[in-house]
Amino acid sequence: MNKKRLLSMLALILIVSTVLAACGSNNNREDGASNGAGKPAEAKEQVLHINMSAEPPTFDPGQAQDSQANTALKLMYEGLVRVDDAGKEVPAAAESWEISPDGLQYKFNLRKDAVWSNGDPVTANDFVFAWQRVLDPTTVPAAPYAYQLGYIKNAMAYNAKKVTDFSKVGIKATDEYTLEVTLENPTPYFLGLTSFYTFYPVHGSVQNNAAWATDYKSMITNGAFNLSNWTTGQKLEFTKNDKYWDKSNIKLSKIEASLVASGASELSSYKSGQLDFAGAPNGEIPSDSIPTMEKQLPKEFSKKGTAGTYYYEFNVTAKPFDNVKIRKAFSMAMSRQDIVDKVTLGGQIPAFGFVAPGIKGVKDEFRTEYKDNFFTENVEEAKKLLAEGMAEEGYTTLPEITLIYNSSESHKKIALAIADMWKNNLGVEVKTENLEWGVFLETRQNLNYQVARAGWSADYNDPMNFMDLWKTGSGNNDSGFSNAEYDKLVKDTLVSQDNAVRMEKMAAAEKILIQDEQVLLPIYYYSNVSLTKENVKGISVNYNGAIDFSRAYFE
Amino acid sequence: MVRYVANKFFYMLISLLILISATFFLMKAIPGDPFQAEKKVSAEMKARLMEQYGLDKPLYVQYFKYLGDIATGDFGISMKKLNQDVTKIISDTFQTSLKLGLVAIVIAVVVGVLLGMLAALYHRKLIDNVAMILAVLGMAVPSFVLASLLQYYLAEKAGWFNVLGFDKPLDYVLPVMALSAQPIAFIARLTRSSMLEVLHADYIKTAKAKGLNWLTIMFRHVIRNGILPVVTYVGPMTANIITGSVVIEQVFGIGGIGKVFVESITNRDYTLIMGVTIFYGVILMVARFLTDIAYVMIDPRIKLSGGKEG
Repeated sequence: MNKKRLLSMLALILIVSTVLAACGSNNNREDGASNGAGKPAEAKEQVLHINMSAEPPTFDPGQAQDSQANTALKLMYEGLVRVDDAGKEVPAAAESWEISPDGLQYKFNLRKDAVWSNGDPVTANDFVFAWQRVLDPTTVPAAPYAYQLGYIKNAMAYNAKKVTDFSKVGIKATDEYTLEVTLENPTPYFLGLTSFYTFYPVHGSVQNNAAWATDYKSMITNGAFNLSNWTTGQKLEFTKNDKYWDKSNIKLSKIEASLVASGASELSSYKSGQLDFAGAPNGEIPSDSIPTMEKQLPKEFSKKGTAGTYYYEFNVTAKPFDNVKIRKAFSMAMSRQDIVDKVTLGGQIPAFGFVAPGIKGVKDEFRTEYKDNFFTENVEEAKKLLAEGMAEEGYTTLPEITLIYNSSESHKKIALAIADMWKNNLGVEVKTENLEWGVFLETRQNLNYQVARAGWSADYNDPMNFMDLWKTGSGNNDSGFSNAEYDKLVKDTLVSQDNAVRMEKMAAAEKILIQDEQVLLPIYYYSNVSLTKENVKGISVNYNGAIDFSRAYFE
Repeated sequence: MVRYVANKFFYMLISLLILISATFFLMKAIPGDPFQAEKKVSAEMKARLMEQYGLDKPLYVQYFKYLGDIATGDFGISMKKLNQDVTKIISDTFQTSLKLGLVAIVIAVVVGVLLGMLAALYHRKLIDNVAMILAVLGMAVPSFVLASLLQYYLAEKAGWFNVLGFDKPLDYVLPVMALSAQPIAFIARLTRSSMLEVLHADYIKTAKAKGLNWLTIMFRHVIRNGILPVVTYVGPMTANIITGSVVIEQVFGIGGIGKVFVESITNRDYTLIMGVTIFYGVILMVARFLTDIAYVMIDPRIKLSGGKEG
């Protein structure tokens, strides 16, 4: 009996104390609430607040492969060159460079005043170390983006263990501040590529320390900002690097990034004044809210095309899309303008080709020099082609068709709209099926589909980045398409030095891909929708939508 | 008592082994792997990665190796959050979920019990009706709807709170409200019905007839007996809340373990999936275990085997 009384006393004490504790904390909160949170008064303090919809999976430039890491690493590191607003390469870690007339030899002269965040000078050896690390077949885990360095002589051979002696690879530090690079083929876009994260230098001290990039305290970086705090899954904080050689041009003292995947929360936070920037490429503005935002906040709203294409690809080995006329019929029997105006709402551009705007051609953009007039939308023509295609294959009715896409609200809306257009225009019933991301990728790769959603955005500024994909045997070619003439055009382009000839060949290849074979059904060219507070200036977005906050500032 | 505890503990270990095995094989049965992306890595590169992470070995080899590793407390490194220690990811994010969860639990129990008691004491009066309407609302409104509503009105429109983040004490208010609404409602209803039952029990009448004062009756008999169902519920609820709510964490930008778990599945981050699942399993089992023991201690009607009181 005594014990029971004791227990009930304990229970009572517990209840009372929790009540009191709760009251206490409630009071604290009331006090805080009256002060009013929300509006940041620190705007003048040059602290920029942004959001990233996911935590960068890594802060190791050699291992990175996504746009979140890109944004973070652009702040923390600096490559040989930087690409400015106009898309031009400007000196960064390299003060100047010389390119041999045959386009194969690059000599980079590094600046002598650049140092790492621990004070060590940034030397040519740091670049050699970083690049070797990426290419080394024994690196654990293997660097997935090693192929970005594949233009360098013997680089891929070394990566595939066909060349074991690294001195045969075209990367040499001839002295502390001179880096010489020899390429396999003349590659007009190589200089711009050296601004990409896989090419960033890495401090030699990370050797034998697999975990160096998992703790912000052990990261030694050479960029305008250091990662100064990291709460897993919640927050990243970048503080200005006082040792950075160009620090006089860096005006922000700090950049704080929340890590929230919800576009609605991000927008809400922006509107409440907590964020200074919202939207692509690191976050998202829900498509339903885009028209309202454009109207309400015209001075803060921006939509800008980026070098990427949203498309549906056909499995050209599966019925009924093994027939080119049927592929063409499906591609013609829809209205891309309606998709863009009524479904995606983000200022996307209807696509009739594969190479996206923003990609350089000979003098101007490739897309300006070679129009994407490979086909037109035409329901009558589509019906005719469908009938012809069906006759060729001996169909009286089409086999059942399923369109697959990966689970996402926006993909779903587009898929339903397009299926509806096909139904109205062609009288064809198409089933739509959403698949979880991993399942989706595997299904597509195994050619276990008929028509599937896909998207491609540029890694480097050349049409090759788009045309390369559809080569026979290309790892990313999930369509079953294989065309000897196409392959030859792409291969010829690789070795050609004359840019005009290269572009000519690529345009010819694109014609085969879209006009002749209709391997894919282009839908739209991507755009980035974003909101920036009016007093924030100097955010730089390049051709493929990658963003650089390092030179941003508050007015 | 000792035998009872040992018995329960043994079954816990068995359940854990079943959980690990089932998760391991189901996880591997899902199509996909940790190295897939829209832009694929080459076949050779993928083969190299699979080999480096030991994913090229037959499934049973991987399974026994994994069992061996966790037996020594090694949960491995994440395959997607590169080189990050699974144990560290879990401990970092769990601390966040725990901080949020504990506050929510305390609020839920206190508010829920008080609400239920008031409702029972003022049965069929205004207070009862109001409390029960609140409870029905709390049960019916899903937490993500409530979270979004709170965020929209109290943070975005009124500006009283931050929309995102989890740094300052004030940042706890909205997520705690969203997280505790449903348990409050449930606890209030549980408390109310069981208190009503107790209030009408014979022994209460006896106590009243004996002339015991009201307070003594309340604390010694009514609350103690009336709170029993709540105790049963609090165990699983605690486990449920502290393991993180992915929805609440997503909406308010909180770096909790719920978010990590969902991401790990999308990423096919095998080591992290296993680590978090085992961790969840342990939490849930321990919570049930403690509930069972607490129940034995509080409820005199539960007799342990042997019939003697421990």
